[in-house]
Order: sequence, then structure tokens, then C-alpha cells
Amino acid sequence: MTEQLAQFAEILRFLLPAVPATIQITLASFLLALFLGIGVGLLRIQKQPLLRGAGRLWVDCLRGVPLLVIIFFVYFGLGKVLHLPQFVAGVLAIGLCYSAYIGESVRAGIEAIPQGQWEAARSLGMSWPQTMRHVVLPQAFRIVIPPLMNEFISCLKDSSLVSVVGLRELTRAGRDYASAKFVDFQTWFVVGLLYLAMTLALTRLSSLLERRLRIPGRETHS
Amino acid sequence: MSGTFHRRDDDPMVRVEALCKRYSPQFSVQDVAFEVPDGTVTALIGPSGSGKSTILRMLNGLERMDSGRILLDGIPLDHAARNLDQVRAECGMVFQQFNLFAHLTVIDNLCLAPTIVRRRPRAEVEPEARELLRKVGLAGKEFRFPAQLSGGEQQRVAIARALCMRPKVLLFDEPTSALDPEKISEVLDVIRALAREGMTMLIVTHEMGFAREVAHQVCFLDQGKLVEVGAPEQLFGAPREERTRVFLARVL
Repeated sequence: MTEQLAQFAEILRFLLPAVPATIQITLASFLLALFLGIGVGLLRIQKQPLLRGAGRLWVDCLRGVPLLVIIFFVYFGLGKVLHLPQFVAGVLAIGLCYSAYIGESVRAGIEAIPQGQWEAARSLGMSWPQTMRHVVLPQAFRIVIPPLMNEFISCLKDSSLVSVVGLRELTRAGRDYASAKFVDFQTWFVVGLLYLAMTLALTRLSSLLERRLRIPGRETHS
Repeated sequence: MSGTFHRRDDDPMVRVEALCKRYSPQFSVQDVAFEVPDGTVTALIGPSGSGKSTILRMLNGLERMDSGRILLDGIPLDHAARNLDQVRAECGMVFQQFNLFAHLTVIDNLCLAPTIVRRRPRAEVEPEARELLRKVGLAGKEFRFPAQLSGGEQQRVAIARALCMRPKVLLFDEPTSALDPEKISEVLDVIRALAREGMTMLIVTHEMGFAREVAHQVCFLDQGKLVEVGAPEQLFGAPREERTRVFLARVL
């Protein structure tokens, strides 16, 4: 028993230093995806067909290709030409892929805001950007928190894919340890536990955020 | 305002000329013309689908006109121009469904547009907003959210929000149609008080008694056409047109 505990402790000691890398990759790529995704979402609701079409093309292309393929394309394809470091290539690939999903969530959130909110704001003389910024997006953001959190959690898990290009994050560290010490079961068990701990923390954060931003009088009744 | 156009004192506040909306079979408007003098109330009545709401919505550009002319305070409303937001700022609108900003408190609902459209400092707008809330009987509800208010209260906030922009004209699109019967009078009382103060208003309504009492001029519309315009005593008491008579006989 104590021997097994000692082994787990050793695995943990080996893996923990790789956790910050996973967190960094996740945060960087999610921020990039959020930034691009809001842009894509705004494109998708434009009246101008060319702008709307561009948003659609972006979503369809990036959503229709496996993330692993995007990572290979960015790292080996673009990376060779542009000399991208592993971290930048990994973050760029995940960020691009997730911008498509986030773009669709943002669009759904904006479209869920009743037409009357637009009309009220416009009738008060507010311009399109003012209406978007002060009336529509603040309400859409609240609607979009649950899907956005889903995407954040997926993003965290998918950050493991960049291990294939040699970026040292949690999954890569697990592979190194398992192949050096021939302890697959215990190693992957601990890797799984570490991911689980992070995603559960995110889930807590999500419900906290939802509660903080709930509009009074709009509580859901069971 | 823009400065290039100025309404003379004897010009009407609102002038509608040959207004048409053709390509919508349901909500067509055909060659409608009328004027609203400064400081008076005009009621638009008629069966549903008669185009009265469409006309009101065209007055502040929420609905496009196909042809015709609208002048608000002497300024032509023209969809190609950039003056649409400017004109809208001078022309408040109250909707059937209130349309309060759901994520903002009552006071923030009032202060939002004056601060970002008129660029007035919040410290100057807020006392005015509080005074308006007191006027519509909602002092003390400043920090409530729309969903915490009754329909009648929400509609009174909506009126105060429109007034907070200091508009020259107020448009009401069936302001009491979504309200419980016992809440209707609290909203009508507010509109009545505004009429006494000389606010220029256009009101689309099904409340015939109210239209008769508060309006200086009544427009009866049917199937997109302006059938009859007159003073309330004349239009309700002795309508000239057969269609007006038939409609009034049905609703009164």
C-alpha cells in the first residue's frame, strides 16, 4: 500500500510541472478563440451577404476539419514557412478551431435577444454599434455562458492534442513517464485525475459566474 | 439639430405626405397624408391590419417607406441619410410590449440613451430621471429590474425612458394592449397628464373612449388608407364616411 502511494506521489511529482503548460496553452488558445469567435459571430448576423458569407465560410471550414489535422497543418505546413515555435503553432491551431464553435454560440446568443430590444434602443437614437455594445451583447453574454464554458472545457481537454508536435504539456509528460518507467495504468490514471480536477474547477467557476450575472426577477423557477 | 432645416412656428410638428408602403400585402399603406400641430394629440384608430402601427413605425424609421415624405419638426426623414439616428433621438417611442432593457435597472434604463446618444453627464441626467420616475408614480423603484415590475409599471418606465431623451414628439404603439384591464388606467393617466402639459403625441389605440377624450384629432384608417380625419366630437359623433360608421358601430 505505502509502496503504491509512493509510486503515485512520484508520478505526481513528475507530472505536476507540466500542468502550468497545459493551463497556459488552454488560456491562450481560448482567449484567441473568444476574440476571433466574437468577430465571426458578428459577421454571421450581418445583412451584407458578402460579410455573412465570409463568417459562414470560416465556421464551415474550421468546424469541418479535425483539430489534429489543423494542428499538423499549422505546425508542419505553416510552421515550416513562418518558423512558428511549437507553443505559437499549437495555440493558433486550437484558437482557430474553437473560434468556429464560439462564433456559432455568439451568433445564437445574439439572435436570442428579442427584436423589441433592438427597436427600443434604435428608437432612442442609439446607433447599431451602441445598441450592440450596451443592449444586445450584455444580454447575449449571459445566454452564452453555458455553451462558452462547454467550449472552454473542451478546449482544455483538446490541448492534449498538441503533445503530438512535441509541446511539453500534461499529456506529453504522461507519455514520457509511462514509456520510461513502463507504468501505463498508474500514469494515465493520474493524468486523467489531473485533467478532471481542472475541468471540475472550471465547472464550479461557470456556475459561480452564472449566479453572479443572473438578472434579478429572471430567476428560473422549478 | 442639423441646422439646415427649421420648422417655422406655424408649421406642424409632424407632416406626412403621400406616404406609401406597397410591397407588403398585409401591412400596406396607400397615399396617407396628415399633419400633427405642435402640442396636440393625434389618435390613429382602425381595425387590425389597417396600417396604423406601420405608419407610426415609419415615422421613426423602424419601418421603411416606399415613397412619400415625412417631416419631423421640419426635418425630412430620409432613409439614405445619416440623420435617422438624430431624428429618432427627437422622437420617442412607446411599444406595446414595453421593451425595457432587461439587464438594466429602472434608473439605468432611463439614463442609458441620454448619456451615450446625447453625451450628457450621468450626474446631470440622473436627477432628471428620478424626477420623471416620480412623475409617472414610480419613485422608489429606481433599482428594480424590469422583470420585477408589473406590466403597468413597466409601461410607465418605458414612457419615462422616452421622456428622458427630451423628445419633441412621442409615439405610442398600442400602449395598453398588452396590459391587464386593471392596469390600463394607470398608463392612460400618465398619457393624459402629458397631453395636458402640451406634449405632441401620436397614439395608436383601441381605447376609443380614451382617444375621444384626449385627442385633438382622430385619424381613422382602413386597409392602408386614411379614410377620415376629424376632431373627436365630429368623427365619433357624426362620422362622414360609411366605413367609419360601420367600424365605430362594431367597437363602441
